[in-house]
Amino acid sequence: MDNLIPVLVAVPLLGAALLLCGGRRLDRVGHLLGTLLAFASFGVGLALFFSMLGRATDQRPIHDHLFTWIPVNGFQAEVGFQLDQLSMTFVLLITGVGSLIHLYSIGYMAHDEKRRRFFGYLNLFLAAMLLLVLADNYLLLYVGWEGVGLASYLLIGFWQHKPSAATAAKKAFLVNRVGDVGLSIAVMLMFTTFGTFAFTPVFAHASQATQATLTGIGLMLLLAACGKSAQVPLQSWLGDAMEGPTPVSALIHAATMVTAGVYLITRSSAIFNLAPTAQLATVVVGAVTLLFGAIIGCAKDDIKKALAGSTMSQIGYMVLAAGLGPIGYVFAIMHLVTHGFFKAGLFLGAGSVMHGMNDEVDMRKYGGLRKYMPLTFVTFGLGYLAIIGFPGLSGFFSKDKIIEAAFAHGGTEGWILGTCAMVGAAVTAFYMTRVMLMTFFGERRWVDDAEGNQPHPHESPAVMGIPMVILAFGSVLAGGLFSINSSFVNWLSPVTGYEEGHSPLSTTEVTTGTMVVLVLGVGVAWLMYGRRPVPAVPPLGSLLTRAARRDLLQDDFNHVVLVSGGSHLTRFLVYLEGRGLDGLVNGIAALVGGTSGRVRRVQNGYVRSYALSMFGGALVLVATTLLMRAVA
Amino acid sequence: MSFPLLTVTTVVPAVGAILTAALPPATNTRSRDRNKVVPLAFSLATLVLACVAIARFQPHGARFQLTENHSWISQFGIGYSVGVDGIAVVLILLTTVLVPFVMLASWHDADPVVDDSGTFERNRRTQGFFALILAVEAMVVLSFEATDVFLFYVFFEAMLIPMYFLIGGFGDRTKGEDAKQRSYAAVKFLLYNLLGGLVMLAAVIGLYTKTHTFDLVSITTSLQNGTLHFSPVVENALFLGFMFAFAVKAPLWPLHTWLPNAMGEATAGVAVLITAVVDKVGTYAMLRFCLQLFPQASKTFAPAILVLSVIGIIYGALLAVGQKDIKRLVAYASISHFGFIILGIFALTSQGQSGATLYMVNHGVSTAAWLLVAGFLMSRRGSRLIADYGGVQKVAPVLAGTFLIGGLAILSLPGLGPFVSEFLVLVGTFERYPALGIVATAGIVLAALYVLVLYQRTMTGPVKPGNEAVGDLKARELVVVAPLIALLLVLGIYPKPITDIVNPSVNQTLSQVGRTDPAPHVVNAIGGGQ
Repeated sequence: MDNLIPVLVAVPLLGAALLLCGGRRLDRVGHLLGTLLAFASFGVGLALFFSMLGRATDQRPIHDHLFTWIPVNGFQAEVGFQLDQLSMTFVLLITGVGSLIHLYSIGYMAHDEKRRRFFGYLNLFLAAMLLLVLADNYLLLYVGWEGVGLASYLLIGFWQHKPSAATAAKKAFLVNRVGDVGLSIAVMLMFTTFGTFAFTPVFAHASQATQATLTGIGLMLLLAACGKSAQVPLQSWLGDAMEGPTPVSALIHAATMVTAGVYLITRSSAIFNLAPTAQLATVVVGAVTLLFGAIIGCAKDDIKKALAGSTMSQIGYMVLAAGLGPIGYVFAIMHLVTHGFFKAGLFLGAGSVMHGMNDEVDMRKYGGLRKYMPLTFVTFGLGYLAIIGFPGLSGFFSKDKIIEAAFAHGGTEGWILGTCAMVGAAVTAFYMTRVMLMTFFGERRWVDDAEGNQPHPHESPAVMGIPMVILAFGSVLAGGLFSINSSFVNWLSPVTGYEEGHSPLSTTEVTTGTMVVLVLGVGVAWLMYGRRPVPAVPPLGSLLTRAARRDLLQDDFNHVVLVSGGSHLTRFLVYLEGRGLDGLVNGIAALVGGTSGRVRRVQNGYVRSYALSMFGGALVLVATTLLMRAVA
Repeated sequence: MSFPLLTVTTVVPAVGAILTAALPPATNTRSRDRNKVVPLAFSLATLVLACVAIARFQPHGARFQLTENHSWISQFGIGYSVGVDGIAVVLILLTTVLVPFVMLASWHDADPVVDDSGTFERNRRTQGFFALILAVEAMVVLSFEATDVFLFYVFFEAMLIPMYFLIGGFGDRTKGEDAKQRSYAAVKFLLYNLLGGLVMLAAVIGLYTKTHTFDLVSITTSLQNGTLHFSPVVENALFLGFMFAFAVKAPLWPLHTWLPNAMGEATAGVAVLITAVVDKVGTYAMLRFCLQLFPQASKTFAPAILVLSVIGIIYGALLAVGQKDIKRLVAYASISHFGFIILGIFALTSQGQSGATLYMVNHGVSTAAWLLVAGFLMSRRGSRLIADYGGVQKVAPVLAGTFLIGGLAILSLPGLGPFVSEFLVLVGTFERYPALGIVATAGIVLAALYVLVLYQRTMTGPVKPGNEAVGDLKARELVVVAPLIALLLVLGIYPKPITDIVNPSVNQTLSQVGRTDPAPHVVNAIGGGQ
């Protein structure tokens, strides 16, 4: 059974290789093959899951060492896998939700001439993400980490002929690279401290390292997590990443990619638990991002960008929870899983809406769609109720636990964090209700597309509908199932550790609070978008709204500081390069006997003079040595 | 006497060069192809010999193996002494692997002009081109083999002559002002390297006055057993003399400015020959001669050289971002990568040096893959300006895909060879000089920038006018690219066969320098330290 672990990675990797190198003869079956292999990987994952359930808790983690990767003195990089409860959770999420997205894409990409390539990239994405969560050391994790970056680059820029897509893909890769620098410095620090970067020995000896080292490692890991998980200050790529086909957004936001940062922090709990400064930085990043993303979500008229803001915000909750330490890890992962269901469902629903609306993304041009797309309406609606934390649905269980844990952090910090999380819940209820109302309620505000085609909203085919239904079930039930008898806590706590928090507020008080803010958020949204018609042209809005429409000026900041500063520096250096040293050398060249202008043919005097000088050099050598001999 | 394998490995391409040059001018397509197949066959024979050499090499055997020693100019203790250690044998293999690919990629770069009536221009241009490549190969291989300082010096310098003709005589600019540019580049190449060579010559003479021999092995043995001792002033001066020549060739910032001109004006194949093969002699010689002959001076100057290397990493990358010319962009990327190689050598840790050696291999293969595909693209349009391209992936998807893979190797994506070496160099630097290691990591962000910006501008977006007819890769071009990509994957996933050969030699070099790796701070964590 243990040696099935590499198969998990190998199956989608094989799919990627086949589909990308197979050529046109695979065009007709490529999408089926890709989907089949994704489901096969899910099947293997399930088999490993049940085998793991059958073992006693302390017997559950298994290891599989494949081969020695980079052996240099004192530096041993291995290719080895580790499957414990934490990786298992991710494996099921990645392959399960990933397979559903594959299935959905069969319908969504039916008319794209490069569909085979698309499925090849999707398979590559799964393989990279699985490698990331199954690696038993940080360097192999790094391979999956950058592999995910590559797959997202390829998928975001899938429509390469669109300049905006190419730019967005490049931006995603570059911003992620900044995070990757953090990961590589963290690995280097581990190596110089422990002489290894494999999980088991590093965690076992973490307590022997100095506080400064642990803080350094923790902060570098946090930087890496910020890149991959789109947390402030490395969040700017996520909104632009909507340039990719919609199933890609579902994959990036729900099953893969952005969850990697949360995985990294949770996996490194042994280090973070000993580095309070790094933990503080983590909770600050989480709290800031959850509000940052929520505010952006409120201002966007593009349905996918509104959902992107929401992802940023929800991942912020997870990072916040992970930064809280043992009281939060389990809930970070639990929210990650429930979010995987409802966010995938929401994105697939958004894709279904776009599919029926000539690829229109502006919600101001939607309206009243519930009658035309009943299935999409219901599944999207259930996802909506889950994300705002409607009692009994998935988000209710996982998000409330995080809010509670934030209060339980203790002291003033606890109050601040808890309040942020609570405010975030209110804003979430507001912007998601806004999305819901603008899309499915109110009167029709449809307009013809650029080619003058009238939209004919219609329900999507079954191959797209089925994944949406399954995900809706997950959105409704997962949270409840996980909470019965604290099953999720019991499952994960042997790996991540778990402590009951001591919240200054009781569970009832927190729940009451979240219900109040939920009603508040929904109510305000209804007043603004439900009770009165939605204007087709966005109103000017307050300063904050306008800033939020521009992603809270993150790109303006990056542009002024990095892009324009960098391009000035580069131009300046290019200018200098042509002068400086070269001027000096050209002067010497003129001195030696002639400028480049005099050179007419290849057979010129230079080579003769060169040969002469070599000969002369040899003569000097001989003469000198003779002389030295004579003297000595 | 055993079979002189190393001598034969260098004689075969040399003989090939002479024979090729002597072939009669082509009169029809058949004789034209013959004039190219003959040199290709010689390069493949050399590759086979290099494979035999690496198969017979014992990683844990003697320091230098397959040695041959003959007296040459006994009056001055100059010997024909050759031998290889793990580092040299790997670099010989790299050279002999790359040359056939360069030839195949340059297949039509020096074809004779055919006029309208179908008459071939009667000259030896084609033969000359391929003969010069073989001549360079022979000299590079001998430079890697030489264990006699004078022998090394002679061929280190002599290879400038065929390189000069390759840069100055062939290329896409043949008329008027453009041709002047090319000549300028060739002369600049020659002057820079000549200057370096003259300084080295002085140091070589200086060395002889102290040692009375040019034999590397006997000098290092005397140094180690204390029978030979340099005063610090003498050692520092000699070190700088050698290092200057190698830093010009490698090239190390700020001695790099000849490279963008040379690579920009040369054909893509010759540019690969410069950066992937010839320049490696410079970095190799730092390892072989600077560190082994002058261990104390190496330690003295290491910090300064490391700072220059890091400047080179960042500076090269920034200039690559600002280039408008594809070949010049690749040249500046190479300058950045040479910074990494020199960083790894002078960090004086086993991770750094094994990484630097691997880096030479990986840089050679990845630059070849990237630049040769770029060359295929440029040969289709006759332009090397980035601005002339756009949307090529739409019309030539395989070309675009392989160009992207080559670029991903250049930016050190894990899974491909360069990642392994770059990470080893960074770790090896970081453990002794954390600040420099951290600054150098900025190079990995900038690499992503210049690679992806180039890809975006040339390959994505709507098809730019003039690119509609760009055809996809042909069979010959695929034969060049596919094995290089496969090699990058193997080097990225299973580099162990190479590191196993290199590691013992790195250990010996470091023990000669007298440096051990810093131990992990948490000692005996898993017994994984020293």
